[in-house]
Amino acid sequence: MIGFAILLVYIAIFAGSFLIVRFLVKKATRDFTSLKTVTFGDESAVTSNRTASVVSVLTIFLIWGSFTGSAWVPGFLHAPGPFVGETSFTYTLETADGERDDATVFVRVVDFGEEVEKFEVDPGEGIARNDAVAMPASRSTTILFDKNDEATRKDGARVVAIDGTPIAPGDEVKTDAGRFTLTDKGAISFAPPAGLQMEPIWLPPPEAVVARMVEIASEGYRDSTLWQHLGYSLFRVIAGFFFGALLGIPLGYAMGLSNWFRGWFEPIVEFMRPVPPLALIPLVIIWFGIGETGKIILLFLASLWIMAIAARAGVSGVNISKVHAAYSLGASKLQIMRYVIMPNSLPEIFTGARVAMGVCWGTVVAAELVAASEGAGMMIMVASKFQLTDIVLMGIILIGVIGFGIDILMRKAENYLVPWKGRS
Amino acid sequence: MTGLSIENISMRFDLPNGTSVQALKDVSLHLNEGELMSVLGPSGCGKTTLLNIVAGFLAPTEGQVVMNGHTVTGPDAERGMVFQQGALFEWMNVRENVSFGPRMKGQKEAEWGDNVDHLLDVTGLGDFKDKAIYELSGGMQQRVALARCLANDPDVILMDEPLGALDALTREKMQGLVLKLWKETGKTIILITHSVEEAILLGERLLVMAPRPGRIHKEYRLPFADMGVGGDLRAVKHADGYAETREEILEMIWNMEEEIMGRMEEQK
Ligand SMILES: Nc1ncnc2c1ncn2[C@@H]1O[C@H](COP(=O)(O)OP(=O)(O)O)[C@@H](O)[C@H]1O
Ligand SMILES: [Mg+2]
Repeated sequence: MIGFAILLVYIAIFAGSFLIVRFLVKKATRDFTSLKTVTFGDESAVTSNRTASVVSVLTIFLIWGSFTGSAWVPGFLHAPGPFVGETSFTYTLETADGERDDATVFVRVVDFGEEVEKFEVDPGEGIARNDAVAMPASRSTTILFDKNDEATRKDGARVVAIDGTPIAPGDEVKTDAGRFTLTDKGAISFAPPAGLQMEPIWLPPPEAVVARMVEIASEGYRDSTLWQHLGYSLFRVIAGFFFGALLGIPLGYAMGLSNWFRGWFEPIVEFMRPVPPLALIPLVIIWFGIGETGKIILLFLASLWIMAIAARAGVSGVNISKVHAAYSLGASKLQIMRYVIMPNSLPEIFTGARVAMGVCWGTVVAAELVAASEGAGMMIMVASKFQLTDIVLMGIILIGVIGFGIDILMRKAENYLVPWKGRS
Repeated sequence: MTGLSIENISMRFDLPNGTSVQALKDVSLHLNEGELMSVLGPSGCGKTTLLNIVAGFLAPTEGQVVMNGHTVTGPDAERGMVFQQGALFEWMNVRENVSFGPRMKGQKEAEWGDNVDHLLDVTGLGDFKDKAIYELSGGMQQRVALARCLANDPDVILMDEPLGALDALTREKMQGLVLKLWKETGKTIILITHSVEEAILLGERLLVMAPRPGRIHKEYRLPFADMGVGGDLRAVKHADGYAETREEILEMIWNMEEEIMGRMEEQK
């Protein structure tokens, strides 16, 4: 229900902002592409619309804030919240002898995170007596109305109407106060209007996540500060990738240059390539425990095959004319290796390194989810056990941001070191 | 004996499906030092194969190549190669590309610097020394390839359609450059081309090859290369005999192509 509402809002913003931006910024740009008459089907005419990106990110925060009742989103943009405050309803009790009496139930619904405190009301007169119920917002509660009544369910008494509307076990009655059903045993189950907002335990508002981040950055979580957790994960990735590249690249070169090496390692590489590194986690834990060694070996294995395959592709991708030209210019095998094969394979190696870094980052988080005493994955795993959804969210966001940052750094390094990539 | 001798070369490629292609059959010829020979022929007649054998990248199934008295067994700096394209090192700038040969021999910049800079000037690359390869036009890239080959001072230069990927105007300028460098350096050159005009303009000797199996069909000795040196290549096209030679060779190649087509029809 909430999911459907969010989807509708999202589509509406997507389409609405498109129309608005189109209308407002229509003739503002005058570059070469704007003069093209054929753009549909011309991929080079499609660029990433910056406005759309900005609106897209803002929309996510807007929807997040709106459906969590965030203080950062103005109140009129909030999705309808759950009912909070005092309400009441009457129920009609019929005894086994057919006598009827009404009584009122006073319900106090408290907001998320507030204390639910019991309170008293005047029980009134008659067979059925008034009740007082306190409950948290957006939940349903079972009301044992007959604790103070003169005729109880054990005596054969039962509820026959809510606010005058007849009700029987299995029926549902909706009134302004909320939704009522009778349980199998005849108790009243009551749910006040839940609204469309999410409970913080499912999805905390953005400011809660930020506050939690500030708190963990300064005070730490589980004996390590936030930066230590992230630092551990990063260190494992870099160490694992480093050793993977250190062994994988020469292995790939050897496979690209020698029949024997290719024959020897091909079955191993082709077998290990489709094995997801995640599937190795249990074995690595059995062999090396949950310490640093195991993690680094896991990431080493994750990057080894990728780097080996990339280096091999780099060697086989060399234009044979380049090698021939170098031989005709008097280069030795070693010089061909150093001045032709190695630089020529750099673009492929960089592509491989970017893939390997991505895989390593994903694998380290997964490995920490399974077992670790520090790290980004461990942080969100432990937090989820205590239902600290804000820490889980914060962790996920930071993991995404760091993964993205790694890729950007790799791309920058690539542009700097391999400027000829894709241009020859 | 000095010069380059190609002695009874045959080349058969055995294909994985059990059949084989006779790419060359009994090809023999001799080039004296300083000769420029252009090679023409319909595509698939074994020109590239012949050049690869002379360069030492392929061993012939029969026959041998003898260069200045010794048999060719592999690539060597005495036989430089200029490829159609894609053979420059993109990770080096223009000057590093041109000085590749001397540097691989372990020479210091003091030894090769003057010569390389001179070659860069001669080929009109003086202002592009520090440019990256991918910043150059196709014509300039071929000049780099030429300069790189010359900087290594080979005895023989082998060119496989070196100007094939260039536009007509650039191509004409490059033809002039090739002639000029040939006369200045006195190198022995084998130049493969699929342009009949280019073959006539540049080839002191002109070899026409025939396909299936690849063999020498006819050889010409032409005066046009000497006329063209230092002069106007376009004027040469109006010289006596040029038009007749051109027509004769075009006719010859045309007939070969017809024959190939005919044979393909028969096979069907
Ligand atoms: N490595 C090879 N394997 C099999 N056949 C080849 C190979 N190289 C060339 N050939 C065949 O040899 C013949 C001559 O090829 P090539 O020398 O490239 O001709 P050209 O350069 O004159 O166009 C062609 O029929 C070609 O298919
Ligand atoms: Mg060819």
